[in-house]
Amino acid sequence: MGFFLETLIGGLMAGMLYSLVALGFVLIFKASGVFNFAQGAMVLFAALAMARFAEWVPEYAGITNPVLFNLIAFALAAVVMFVVAWLVEYLVLKHLVNQEGTTLLMATLGITYFLDGVGQTIFGSDIYKIDVGMPKEPLMAFQSVFEGGLLISQEDLVAAAIAACLVAGLSLFFQKTSTGRALRAVADDHQAAQSIGIPLDRIWVIVWCVAGVVALVAGMIWGSKLGVQFSLSEVALRALPVVILGGLTSVPGAIIGGLIIGVGEKLSEVFLGPYVGGGIEIWFAYVLALVFLLFRPQGLFGEKIIDRV
Amino acid sequence: MFYRENGQFKTTYRSDQQIFPIAQDRWGVLLIVAFAFLGVPFLADEYMFRAILIPFLILALAALGVNILVGYCGQISLGSGAFMAVGAYAAYNFFVRVEGMPLIACLLMGGVFATLLGIFFGIPSLRVKGLYLAVATLAAQFFCDWAFLRIKWFTNDSASGTASVSDLSVMGLAIQTPLQKYLFCLAFLVVFGLLAKNLVRSAIGREWMAIRDMDVAAAVIGIRPMYAKLSAFAVSSFIVGVAGALWAFVHLGSWEPAAFSVSRSFQLLFMVILGGMGSIMGSFFGAAFIVVLPIAINIVLPELGQWVGITVSTAALTHTEQIIFGALIVWFLIVEPHGLARLWSVGKQKLRLWPFPH
Repeated sequence: MGFFLETLIGGLMAGMLYSLVALGFVLIFKASGVFNFAQGAMVLFAALAMARFAEWVPEYAGITNPVLFNLIAFALAAVVMFVVAWLVEYLVLKHLVNQEGTTLLMATLGITYFLDGVGQTIFGSDIYKIDVGMPKEPLMAFQSVFEGGLLISQEDLVAAAIAACLVAGLSLFFQKTSTGRALRAVADDHQAAQSIGIPLDRIWVIVWCVAGVVALVAGMIWGSKLGVQFSLSEVALRALPVVILGGLTSVPGAIIGGLIIGVGEKLSEVFLGPYVGGGIEIWFAYVLALVFLLFRPQGLFGEKIIDRV
Repeated sequence: MFYRENGQFKTTYRSDQQIFPIAQDRWGVLLIVAFAFLGVPFLADEYMFRAILIPFLILALAALGVNILVGYCGQISLGSGAFMAVGAYAAYNFFVRVEGMPLIACLLMGGVFATLLGIFFGIPSLRVKGLYLAVATLAAQFFCDWAFLRIKWFTNDSASGTASVSDLSVMGLAIQTPLQKYLFCLAFLVVFGLLAKNLVRSAIGREWMAIRDMDVAAAVIGIRPMYAKLSAFAVSSFIVGVAGALWAFVHLGSWEPAAFSVSRSFQLLFMVILGGMGSIMGSFFGAAFIVVLPIAINIVLPELGQWVGITVSTAALTHTEQIIFGALIVWFLIVEPHGLARLWSVGKQKLRLWPFPH
């Protein structure tokens, strides 16, 4: 029982991290109808920027306080992501308005190659590490309830907390600020939003900026867990089943989907994996999402797709 | 002046319905095929065959298959790499385990097994649509990646997990030299190209296009969505499977599952979209573009670096290649979202008037 709970909690934590990446997908899809395959590349790019700035700031500016230089590095990386968002909007998306979904999808794949190349050219292609002082020691809990207690990774706990804060912050931003209202209006209906005077261009830049910051946070957390390297961009492929399971247009869907996929992956790997040779996490997540989709084709929380002739 | 159908009168339904109703098109295509069979062998050297022509032929075949599914039936698939893998490994198992099975039969059996998998993973398309389906097809991709890596039976229990074939021959004729391989692949491409062209202009092809344009409306006028979608999945994955078997047997010789990874699926989708969705011709253009582009960048970039006075390191070269590749694709999508095939048809329209202004 203890082992089962441990796996379950591990899965929930991992799921929280998947939702972070999935959130980036959902934000952009909701606001602009672009299925942004470049989210993974953005995570890598942001993490690379953050890792290198955290090296360069103490070296050139002489700031040695770890909290301070990490903060500065984070801010600089955020600025870099804003620039990327602005460039994507002005160089690519502006010219592809009204194109089909597949064309836009391919364009974001093009952006993926571009970002991977640029990121590694500017920031280098070695393995870097991000150290924002996340606790590495595992935590023992419920020792009185279970024999041997539960082993919980503190790092995951902190990461999940950060993810939860980010989601809460985003929800507030969407519900309470005027920009957030404009974003929701654009998501509901582009034309109607434009006709009451919401500037679409600016909204799209803002959405990409927000997605950039989400990518930065995801990159920071994943980067400090796994190290910043090229394989980080494959996190996007792990997050895709989360997105379709939760529904492409739903923020809560991304969270719940992430938790379901995280738990499903871990439980399948631990309890089913040994019988079939292991390594089944990645396709199990997709098959799980596929099974859910067979019953709800628009994902758990997605808007119902109504076909009209 | 030369390219126009004036004066070519059709007196029978048969002549009106032929593949290329315009005589110039007919002769043009025949000339190109004849040139590919008879002219190219004298012109190309070994590097040309190995690095460009053979990959181009096989990937064009695969792109043709993907185009039937994505371009004609409108079902976006990111699992083409998996169908290629199934074709390759099924053909391999027939080749290794069945004594004396002819090579062509092995390759076609690869296609048959890819078809079965294609139909299986096509079933969700009856309920799941659009981008949801695209992501769902990735399930096939990752499942196959895993299965061919972990289940040793598929690779004939080889210790390294690598499958390899040698001594290929068809009816006593060896397929060893690049030239022989080239002709073998070319023959496949011509046969399948003709087959696909005829399929898409027949009743079933029109059903696919109706489903693509609007599936509810198609169902209302009496097209069975299940039959149309699953047949598109079947035909597409058969062609992709045969292409996968050719890629493994003829181009690679010995291969690992990584040869058919998810990036291969993306590559095929790029070919279809850059070449032109819903166009047989577009598949060839797209394949040529995607095969030649990285090689061209690889050759041009160091030259350019030398010219400016910088030596380009291999790491920088890969990254710059990625940058240019990504930028070119985005640029191309912006300039011509309907693909190279559109440029081709625009060119043909212009040629009709040339050299007169109206």
